[in-house]
Amino acid sequence: MSASEAMRIACEAILKNKVRSFLTMLGVIIGVAAVIIMVAISAGTEATIQEQITSLGSNLIFVQAAFTRAGPGQAQQGGLVYDDAAAIQQGVDGVTSVVVEQQSTENIKAGDVTLEDVELLGTTSEFPSVRDMEIASGRYFTDEEIERKGKLAVLGSSAAESLFGTESAVGQYITAGTTKLAVIGVFKERGLVGNTDFDSRVYLPIKLVFQKFTFNPFARFMGDRIRMIYVEVDPEADQQKIIQQIELLLVKRHDVTVDSEDFTITTQQDIISTRESTTSAFRSLLGWVAGVSLIVGGIGIMNIMLVSVTERTREIGLRQAVGATPADIRLQFLAEALLLSVIGGLLGMLVGVGGAYIFGAVSDMRTVIQPASILLAFGSAALVGAFFGYYPASQASQLDPIEALRYE
Amino acid sequence: MTANRAIIETHDLTKVYGMGDVSVAALDGVSIRIDPGEFVAIMGPSGSGKSTLLHILGCLSQASSGQYVLDGEDVSHLDNVQLAAVRNKKLGFIFQSYNLLARTSALRNVTLPLLYDHNHHGMSEASDVKARQMLELVGLGDRAHHQPHELSGGQQQRVAIARALINDPVVVIADEPTGNLDSRSGLEIMNLLHELHNRGTTIVMVTHDPGIATHTQRTIHLMDGKVADVVHNGKHPVAARSGGAG
Repeated sequence: MSASEAMRIACEAILKNKVRSFLTMLGVIIGVAAVIIMVAISAGTEATIQEQITSLGSNLIFVQAAFTRAGPGQAQQGGLVYDDAAAIQQGVDGVTSVVVEQQSTENIKAGDVTLEDVELLGTTSEFPSVRDMEIASGRYFTDEEIERKGKLAVLGSSAAESLFGTESAVGQYITAGTTKLAVIGVFKERGLVGNTDFDSRVYLPIKLVFQKFTFNPFARFMGDRIRMIYVEVDPEADQQKIIQQIELLLVKRHDVTVDSEDFTITTQQDIISTRESTTSAFRSLLGWVAGVSLIVGGIGIMNIMLVSVTERTREIGLRQAVGATPADIRLQFLAEALLLSVIGGLLGMLVGVGGAYIFGAVSDMRTVIQPASILLAFGSAALVGAFFGYYPASQASQLDPIEALRYE
Repeated sequence: MTANRAIIETHDLTKVYGMGDVSVAALDGVSIRIDPGEFVAIMGPSGSGKSTLLHILGCLSQASSGQYVLDGEDVSHLDNVQLAAVRNKKLGFIFQSYNLLARTSALRNVTLPLLYDHNHHGMSEASDVKARQMLELVGLGDRAHHQPHELSGGQQQRVAIARALINDPVVVIADEPTGNLDSRSGLEIMNLLHELHNRGTTIVMVTHDPGIATHTQRTIHLMDGKVADVVHNGKHPVAARSGGAG
């Protein structure tokens, strides 16, 4: 019996039992679809993260104030001060620009509208270029305005919309706490980057934030505390070397030891690798789940094939009587199992691709269908069919023709 | 050595089931000879070994000892794969319960043995043509595309006979071919077998019905695994047919 004849017989057998064949395939359909959808989801997540990372701005080193315990139950912001930024700019080679950030929260009023607990972000003049923010209308602060603690504000896009609706915000006034500020610019919409919402914030000259919005009675002696220094470095420079230099400089300036640093230095690479390790763990988990469902599908095929062999014992006996060899019988049932799993695999591919597309369209998650995952899922479905079909097929081939013909 | 080569020749066939003290000899030294064109019945009470003998003659199992020469070929020591090839080329089977493939047309049922013909190219146009000829021979030329459940018991057995003939077997092995049929359909099947016999087909039939056995030329009676008696019925097949039809 040739392979094509075996396939034809398998086709007939499958068509003779349409409902059962479909139910048998269902496990494989679900398994293959699951693999494709899961991989599409994790690929979509990764693509989103990649985009976020590029939108963080390039070649950034983050120097962040570490929170230390100042006393029982009291967390105190660590020792980064405003002058550290200038020291880094001057004392470290390969630094192209430095941006400082300090934050506070206040209620913001504009006319009748009051927004509660809005994040105020004090920054320096290079903030838009380093953090990749674009001005939609108006302009950003100049160094001179920052130095003279100008009572000015630049609004994030959603903050502007909440306060002024469709009206132009530039040229209007807002009140932060008790301080009246002139709006000189509005940023373009940026969206969520990681957990940070750039659009709902109000941006102020950092020295104004020191003066009006943070409580720090010791500033005169210790300098103005800041939350974060963004250090933009020359892309050609050795980042690790720059990090070491910054670390040494700050350890010296703050009079701390390397073990008790009151700051942390991270790079974009650190953030990327954290995110990536999370997604790859997520992805392999999804892969296992999908793989298990494929195996369960295979066991379903084996189960039905064993039932089918039992049911068709007399048929097997007859085929043996008219000259089928054990190999012929094995081929017939193997072809049937293989065909079931391949058809199941094809249907699963349709369901998987369709499902991934629909899932991407209706949910927040993005899905990117990976051609490799389709091939992988389909290939493993065929393997599962061959693997789980082999046992029932060899059971069938070992039947004794006389016993098989007598079987009731 | 005889001038006429026998179709079936056995020497001292035995078949022992079980081992040691609990072994049972289903066949105990059976030597028979069946010549080309003969129509032979094998009879005997249950347990006499007639089914066992039929299975061995049908190459469905092997004797424990002794020799079996089928169409000049000693098949006593062939393995499963070789036996399958012998069944495919030289034997045709008719069973009590027809054993047609369900939900499969009469035509496809008849061509089934050709599927396993490893020397030829399996199914072809020619096999369909031949299957139609066989169906016409058994009087079912117009039922080629009917499925078994659309046919009467007698018609189903005719399809099975067509299937047994498709490979031009040297001998047709029939196991109680009328056992599941009413007497009228049974008689029709016997007449068909006579017709085939008249055309030169060698037929070996197992039956427990003495009436059916008398339709044959010769009846081999088995008892306790041994040949107890051989009766020449001396009846001309055509006479039997006309008698049956009347």
